[in-house]
Order: sequence, then structure tokens, then C-alpha cells
Amino acid sequence: MKIPLSWLKDFVEIDLPINELVHRLTLAGLEVEEAQFVGLPLPVGIIEGHTSGDRQIETNVTGLAWDPEKIVVGAILEVMSHPDADRLVLCRLDDGAQEHIVLAGGPNLFPYKGKGPLEKALKVAYAREGAQIYDGHKPGNELTTLKRRKIRGVESYSMACSEKELGISDDHEGVIILDDDAPVGVPLADYMGDVVLDIAITPNIARNANILGVAREVAALTDVPLKEPSYEVEWSGPPLEGRVRLEIHHPELNPRFVLGLIEGVEICPSPYWVQRRLRLAGMRPINNIVDATNYVMLEIGEPLHAFDFDVLVERAGGETPTILTRLAEPGERLTTLDGVERELDDFTVLVADSAGGLSIAGVMGGAESEVSEQTTNMLLEGAAWNFINIRRTTASQKLSSDASYRFERGVHPAMAERGVRRGLNFVAKLAGGKIAEGLVDEYPLPPVDSTVEITPMDVERWLGINLEVDEIVDILRRLGFSVEVDGQVLHVTTPDHRLDISQGVDGQADLIEEIARIYGYDRIPETQIADRIPPQYGNPRLEREERVRDVLVGLGLQEVVTYRLTSPVREMRIFPPEAPPDDRPYVRLANPIASDRVVMRHSLLASVLEIVERNIRIRDRIALFEIGQVYLTSEEGDLPEEPLRLVIALSGPRSLPAWQGSDLESMDFYDLKGLVDEFMTTLHLGPLYKPMEHPSFHPGKCARILIGERQVGVLGELHPKVRERYDLPERPVVAAELDFNLIIESIPESHAVEPVPAFPPVLEDLAVVVDEEVQADEVETLLKRAGGDLLVDVKLFDLYRGEQIPEGKKSLAYSMVYQAPDRTLTDEEVSKVRARVIKKLETDLGAKLRD
Amino acid sequence: MLERLEELERQALTELEGITDEAGLNAWRVKYLGRSAELGVILAGLRELSKEDRPAVGRRANEVKLNLESTLQTRVEALRVAALERSLQEERLDVSLPGRKPILGRIHPANQTLRQIYNIWAEMGFQIYLSREVETDDFNFGLLNMPEHHPARDMWDTFHTTATGVLLRTHTSPGQIHVMRERAPEPIRVILPGMCYRYEQSSTRAEIQFNQVEGLAVGHHITFADLKGTLNAFARRMFGEHVRTRFRAAHFPFTEPSAEMDIECFICEGKGCSVCRRSGWLEILGCGMVHPIVLRNGGYDPTVFTGFAFGMGPERITMLKHGIDDIRYFWGNDLRFLEQF
Repeated sequence: MKIPLSWLKDFVEIDLPINELVHRLTLAGLEVEEAQFVGLPLPVGIIEGHTSGDRQIETNVTGLAWDPEKIVVGAILEVMSHPDADRLVLCRLDDGAQEHIVLAGGPNLFPYKGKGPLEKALKVAYAREGAQIYDGHKPGNELTTLKRRKIRGVESYSMACSEKELGISDDHEGVIILDDDAPVGVPLADYMGDVVLDIAITPNIARNANILGVAREVAALTDVPLKEPSYEVEWSGPPLEGRVRLEIHHPELNPRFVLGLIEGVEICPSPYWVQRRLRLAGMRPINNIVDATNYVMLEIGEPLHAFDFDVLVERAGGETPTILTRLAEPGERLTTLDGVERELDDFTVLVADSAGGLSIAGVMGGAESEVSEQTTNMLLEGAAWNFINIRRTTASQKLSSDASYRFERGVHPAMAERGVRRGLNFVAKLAGGKIAEGLVDEYPLPPVDSTVEITPMDVERWLGINLEVDEIVDILRRLGFSVEVDGQVLHVTTPDHRLDISQGVDGQADLIEEIARIYGYDRIPETQIADRIPPQYGNPRLEREERVRDVLVGLGLQEVVTYRLTSPVREMRIFPPEAPPDDRPYVRLANPIASDRVVMRHSLLASVLEIVERNIRIRDRIALFEIGQVYLTSEEGDLPEEPLRLVIALSGPRSLPAWQGSDLESMDFYDLKGLVDEFMTTLHLGPLYKPMEHPSFHPGKCARILIGERQVGVLGELHPKVRERYDLPERPVVAAELDFNLIIESIPESHAVEPVPAFPPVLEDLAVVVDEEVQADEVETLLKRAGGDLLVDVKLFDLYRGEQIPEGKKSLAYSMVYQAPDRTLTDEEVSKVRARVIKKLETDLGAKLRD
Repeated sequence: MLERLEELERQALTELEGITDEAGLNAWRVKYLGRSAELGVILAGLRELSKEDRPAVGRRANEVKLNLESTLQTRVEALRVAALERSLQEERLDVSLPGRKPILGRIHPANQTLRQIYNIWAEMGFQIYLSREVETDDFNFGLLNMPEHHPARDMWDTFHTTATGVLLRTHTSPGQIHVMRERAPEPIRVILPGMCYRYEQSSTRAEIQFNQVEGLAVGHHITFADLKGTLNAFARRMFGEHVRTRFRAAHFPFTEPSAEMDIECFICEGKGCSVCRRSGWLEILGCGMVHPIVLRNGGYDPTVFTGFAFGMGPERITMLKHGIDDIRYFWGNDLRFLEQF
């Protein structure tokens, strides 16, 4: 909401420097997002509270200061033709000190051309030689300095400015023609210099989306009285009674409707000061009637609507028109002011007459009954609407207006009458006419203005400060609340311009917020919680997750965090093209913002592979992991399970290239397996691996990972057909995907530590030849089982096929470590174990010792 | 014979002096001290000498042997020292050549910041409570004092799912209701971290998903002054001992009174810059006293209990701290970004 300071001052005295005003408003929840200086000097001075001393104002400052020496009110005395340019004129201008000949191009001066000395001088904003203004011909705000030069043979050094040139608006259609009472020679900044504060209006302070509301806040914050506007009407016409009838069909949707009539208005442009205020507040002036209704809306916050009364009478066939508010009928249509024919919903409230809809209540008027250049008699509407219904309507019609902006945030019905009263006066002021005496006012459902009981104890309970009864009363009264004091108890009644104060303890909270805001958040002390310490629960799952994250990082993996929104098409890439589609239901967005982010993911692997793909162009070696949710829903509509998954992906050389030389072989299945194994072993999970087939992986290079009988994940080399679906080079990508929740649950609470051996081990190599089909882990498992307690470690160190080994066989060589915890083993003991192991190998696996 | 021994000794010692490498020393050892060396032959042949000659020759031969052995030892030692000396002189590296780079893993920057936040709050006695991301409309809005069509809902651009009343949470605040319902009437001090979603065109400043860390304290006497004290303590830990903060009235439907906590812009030191949008202050978190309606919906009687709540964006904090100008870096996961943390 743009608030011109000059307008604000109609309702409250402001002695504060502008930077201080900005500070106070911002802290009180009326954040000043920008201060636009329109003529007045930009702020100087220091704001309290900042480290650096040279801070001047706590907001974005824009605008142009008008040099009081060089930019003044001037009077054009005569408009003359330019000797050889049709689109330029020469003006004889008095700047208070002397007369000048000023070259001008504003089309709004052309009507005065060649009329001789003007009967009534035109007051303009006159910029002298050397004045700094904005360049009117360039886009945006570009500063320029007026210099003496010749234009089409006529010397020019000064000008009458447009609004754009002075930074008032973007308008460069013509020169500003000021109101007649503008004093010639006076600095323009003194006459109409201003500052426009752009204040963010949050939903809870919707009552302040107007000049009066902000003025009330300033008054309360600075403890000066609010200059209440007058709502007295100067009736000047015959009584209104009987000339228009009113029916409200749904009081819960339309609790109040007020009408006033003004006859014999003359439509013309508004005086300059009105136009200027509207423009500064961000509205475009139209004509005096429309401007008057907008002006009152901006000023006190009640949107008004003007009907051409004669059109209503005509629609009523010359009879007394009846205005009624009702729900739209099925299929009913209305063409609104913006020229759009709209199909209305059954919850849309219409302002209508006997002939049909006139306007969408509280949102936008209809085209037919709007005021036009020909209007002479005008019916003025001020009403109150149910804010929820207005919101539904604007959402459904995708239509919003300055009126709906206010109504959908809630406007108190009391404002309807005030709006009409002030509107009638203002129309009469701008457009003449006679105000028919009295209003037609239907008020079937007045709201109950809440009364809340509150004590200083309550304030202490919420805010931690001890205020006296008087202090609280003072703050609340400054905001317009009426307060009755009964000892320590305050009975606080909400003023009839706001709807946001509830009853009971909720109402107390509402009042306490107001007390805190006006008292000042900065004055509330800092304390540490003195309340009882809560029972301790901790979060063991997250603690474990964090520990696992550290283990993974320790294994040299870079963590990634990816988008959890994806599309089924993106996820399909983890399967070969011919694989059956993933037909599990997705959590699907009803309103996606991008076509490639439409569902919550099923696969973390797909997310991570996208990151591999993205980085492979910039890094040869990739080693990533992610711990993240997937979203699995059994039936559409249910809230999904959100289990955590862990994905590890490796690709590229085993080590980093170095000038000394390094292992630049591509990482393969066994790099990943070693890593997964180390990861699981570190967490004391004792993993097992079994071959498996999985559509994403190479059929011969894929294993399931088990903890005991339970599968916790898969690991493997990406199927070449899958790799081809990504933009990846032709080298292996290996990846593992694990059920992270299972991992977390399986980590033992604690583990016993093996004593460090005190007696030397006996080391020995053992090579066996087995059939090709025998899996390595069968041999190893058997070795360990047959070796018993004394065989403490077995490690494969060589796998050999070829010469000396028969076809269809392979040789596996193990280093064996024999050790006892309590003695040095004898050769005899070792050879006994060895013999047992060899025998077992021969009988169970048909293995032969290799000589 | 004795003369021969003298001769032999002289010859051996002279030869030894000229030897400079290990191979020469070995050859010398074989030649003079080996089994078939002359000295050995003399010693082995002592028995065959006359009784008169035997003691003198024997003694002398042994002397020579010992002398040769010890001289050899000294020589070996000297050569070793010389060799070491030489190798130390020769083995000079170009220390400016690059070292072998170890392979390092790193935690994602967003999670690094989350951890830092967890740790600070843990030390202040706030436990971590996690809740779901796909939520009901009721938990995300309704129970948080935002009934349907409430104007405050405009503050959140929501991703709705095709299931009626199911959406992607727009903030971690639904966790407030979950934790309160689980723990009422015990006092509560928790933080609620997690991923949230907003229907927003992604840009340098906005993302469709982002982490949030919400905090909640509920008890018999928790005040706005406590809120200020607690959050200021956090700010000092997170941003430095001397950070200046301010609390500014704001609006959130689920708190009342509500505030935004700003910290003085550490980029321009409060002078006003583009990052702080010329205000000199950076918005860091939103906070307030838990609204009585929310307390009630969580199972706490608002006439007995009070509480405060706050919420902050760890990615925004990370961006401010490191001068990151594009929030899309976080989930883009370009290694050139990630490897800087």
C-alpha cells in the first residue's frame, strides 16, 4: 500500500523525521519496503541501533529531490506558436521573479495556442536552467540537467515539467497543470513535495490498507491524537426515501448495504491535487466521479461503487428501481467493467435489479450500469460482504480488483455507511450536484464487536513484562479500543473498524499482540526460559543417520541432496527400454509447476544417476551418496510411506590422476562391493551377498545385500542399456541402493571389542582348485567353519585360471591366520587344523589342494 | 712365515683403503678372510708347523685376522655413512611439485548447516522431532489457525496432490501439531527440521523445495521475553558473539504476537546493500508466541500453557554466510559447488 506522507498528515500530526517514522512503522509490523521521495530532500541523520554510523534510513530509498531554487511554481501567461514547428509552442511564463519565453511540447497546451494573453494563467511546475530532473524521453528514471541550447532556432534553457520529469508518475503526455491556487514563485517542493511510503500489509492488518488505518497506527505509536475524519453529510437535495428500494437475500453473505444518491453531477477531470494523490498512491485518475470513489476507498478503506441512476430507472421501466443482492442463478452471465463476459458460480453474490445482474458483489461492476461521461445522477453503493465468499469468487473468476483486495481481507460493516457518507461529500466537492437527503441502509446482520477481559497478569504470562493497568489502558485506547477498568480487570471492546479481535483467551492473545506492538518489541527484555525442563526423548534414528553419514564421508564419498519431485518418465530411465513400466501409484501433483516435476519420486537411484550424468562432463571420477526419502503409496489418496533410502554411485578411475602415476582403471563391481562391505562392517552389520538379477543392473554383475536372511539392498554395475539411457560415457557405473531404515534398525545398540592378541599368529597360504561353479564365499565360509576358533582370519589373495589348472576349474589362494588367545600355537596344532580344513574342502566341495 | 703375515697384512690393508663400494668389500673379505684365503690357509696349516714356530705364527696370524676384521668393520661403517651422506645429498625433491591428492568425502552444504543448527539447539536443550512431508491440508493449514479460504493461505503457494486434502507441506509447522498431540501435557522443547515445498517458479532466490528448521517450546510459563532471549542466544552462536538483532512485528497465523528476527547485515555492516535490500538488516527467521488455537489443537489448554515457535531457512543462512547468489546451486549438486564446503 502506497501512502503519500502529505495525505497521511490529513489525519495525524507527524513531527518525526522520515527515517524515524520508517523505523517505528517497520518495527510495529508495517514494514516500509520503499520510501519514494517526490520532491522533498532525501533523508539525512543517523538511525539508532546500527553499528555503522552512516546509515540513514532502513529501507530502499528512491526518488528525486526538487531543488527549491530551480524548481518553482510558474504561471504561463500566454501560449504562442513556434515559428517553424507545429508540435512545439512558446510560452510566456512568470516564475515569480521575471518573465521567460519557454519552449514546450505538451499537447495539453495546444488548446491555448494563439489565444493571446490568457484570462487565467496556467500554473505549472517550472524548472529553471541548471535544474536536475528526469529525462522525459528516456525509459525509466534517467537524470538530466537543463542546459541552455537552441531547439529549432529558439533558445531554450528551462521548461514546464511533466509528472515523469519530476518523478511523480510515468505520465509524460503533457505538462503538469497545477490547481489555480498554486502560489507563483514558491519552491515546488514546498508546495507539493512528498514522500510515498510503500507499506507491506500483512493479512492481520488488512484494516490498515488505507490512509486512515496507517494514520491510526502512527498516532498510537507516537502517542498523538488521531484526527478522525468527519462523516457529516451536507444534504442538499430532496429525500432519498422511496426513490430506490433495497433487498438483501442472504444477510450472512451481505450483512449490510448502504445507498446514497447525488443528482446533477458534472463529469470532468479531477483537480490536480486529487490526481496527484491518486497517482502517488498507485491509481490512475479517470474522472472526478470515479476518482472520488477511489479516493475515499484509499482514504478510509471502504470500496464504493457508483451506478448511473438513470440507467437503473430505465431498466426498471421508469419505475422505482429495486436493488437486490442475491446468489447468481444457474448459468447466469454478466459482462464486467473489464469487458469480459463471465459465467457465474452458484456461490457468487450479485448486486442486481429486476432486470438482472448489475455487478459481482464486492469485486467488479457490470459494464451496463457503470457511470459514463453522460452520467448526471449517481447512486453510490457502500456494502459489507462475507470475506470468504469474496475469496471464493475472486479465485474462481481469476479476477481481482482494489475492492476485492479489501473485501476478501475483511471490511467492518460499519465502514459501509461511513464510506457512502464521505463519498457523497467528496463527489459533491469534485463534481457538484445535490445530495439527496438520507441514506437507504439495510443492516440485517451487525457483527458483535468483541469484548475481552484482560489483566496485567495475562500480559505478564505472555510477554514476560509487568505493565500497570494504566499503561495497558493507554495503549489500547490509542488504537481506538474502549476500555472499562474494574480493579485489575480491563474490559476491552473492539472498535468498529476491525474484525480481528476474538473472544476469550484467543482475544487476549489478539490484544496482547497489539499491546506488544505499540509498547515496542525492542523494549521487551531478553530472558532465558525458566520453565521446567521437558522429559528427554532424543532421536536415536537421526543420531544413527548422522553417524552413518560420517562413515560414508569417511569412505571418500561426496554427499548430494536432490530434488524429490520428478516425473515417471525421468524415473523410467533406470530400467532398460523394454522393461515393464513402474505401475505403482505415485503421489502426483494436482498443480505441477513444471512438466518434469510432477510426482514425488519412487527411486532415489534415479535421482542420484541424474547427478552422475550432470557431473560426468566436469569430473572423470565420481563417488557420490545420498540419503533421502522416497514416497510409496499403496493406494492413491492415502498418505504415503516416506522411507529413507541410501544410494551410492561410483564411476571413473579408481584414483585421481597424478604426475607420479596412479591407478586409472575404471572402478568396477568389486570397488563398490569393497566399499559397501567396509561400510556395513564398520556399522557391525555383517553383510552377505547373493547373486541376483535386477532390471537396472548387468545380469552377471549384480548382488543382493543381506543382513542375515533379510535383504537390505542391491549393488551392481548398471545395465549397459540403462547406462545408454543417460548421457554417460562408455565405462562402468556401479551403484548400490539400500533400505536405509532397515540399516538404521539393524545397527546393534553396542558391540563387544575383541582383545588385542597377546600371542603371535601362525601365517600360512593355502591354494585350492575347485570347479568354476563354486562361489568364492562357499569356499571361504567352509574354511572358516572347518577352521574353528583357531583359524582367526582367511583372506583371498589370488584367483587363477590357466596353465596347470584343468579346464573348468579355478584356483583360489588364501592367506590363513592361526592364532590362540592364550598361547603360542605349536606346529602340531596348526597342522591338525589344516588337515581338518583340507579334508572338509575335499569332501564338501570336491576341492584339490594345489601343489 | 711371520714375514709373509706382515706382508699379507700390509697388502690387505692397502687394498682395503682403495675400496669404495660394497661389492669390493665383499670381494676383499673373500680374498683375505674367506675360508680359502691365504690367512685361512696359514691358520689351518698351523698344526703342520714346527713346535717352535707354531706359537709365534699362530699368535701373529690371529692378530692379523682380528686386525683385518675390525678394519673391515670400520671401513664398512665408514662407507655406509658416506653412502647415506651421498644419497641425502642426491635425493633432493622439487618440493614445488604437486602432492598426491587423497580422496575426500564431504557432507552436502545444506546438511552441514542443518548439523550446525541441530548442535546449537541441542546444547540449548531442544530435541529433534521429524514428521512427514506429504501432509494433510488440515495439519498444514487448518489446525494451524488457517481455515479454508483464510487470507493467510495466500502467503504460501502450495503444491496440492491429486488426492483431496493431501498436499506437500509448505512449512515444517505441521510437526508442531504432531509433537504436541504426542506429548501433551508434558512441556516441550523441540526443533522440527525437514524438507518443505512451495509452488514457485524456481529462480536465484526461490526453490520448489527447501529445508526449514522450526522450533517449539511449550510450558506453563514461556514468555515473549524468553523467545527473545533464546533466539538471541542462538543468533550469537550461529552468526557470532557480536551480532546485532532486532525483532519486528510480523504476521503468522499460528503465532500471536508474531515477529521476524533480523540480524544486522554482515555483508555491509548495516550500511545498506543489495543483499539486505538497502535496509541494513537481514531477515533470518520468523517467530512468535504459539496461537491459543494452535495450542488447543495440540491438546494444551491455552489458559494454562503458553509457548513460542520459530522457523528458519538453513539454505538462506548458508547463502548469506558464504555469499551464494543462486539458491539453485543446492539441489543442482554441481561438484564444483559441493567441493567448496
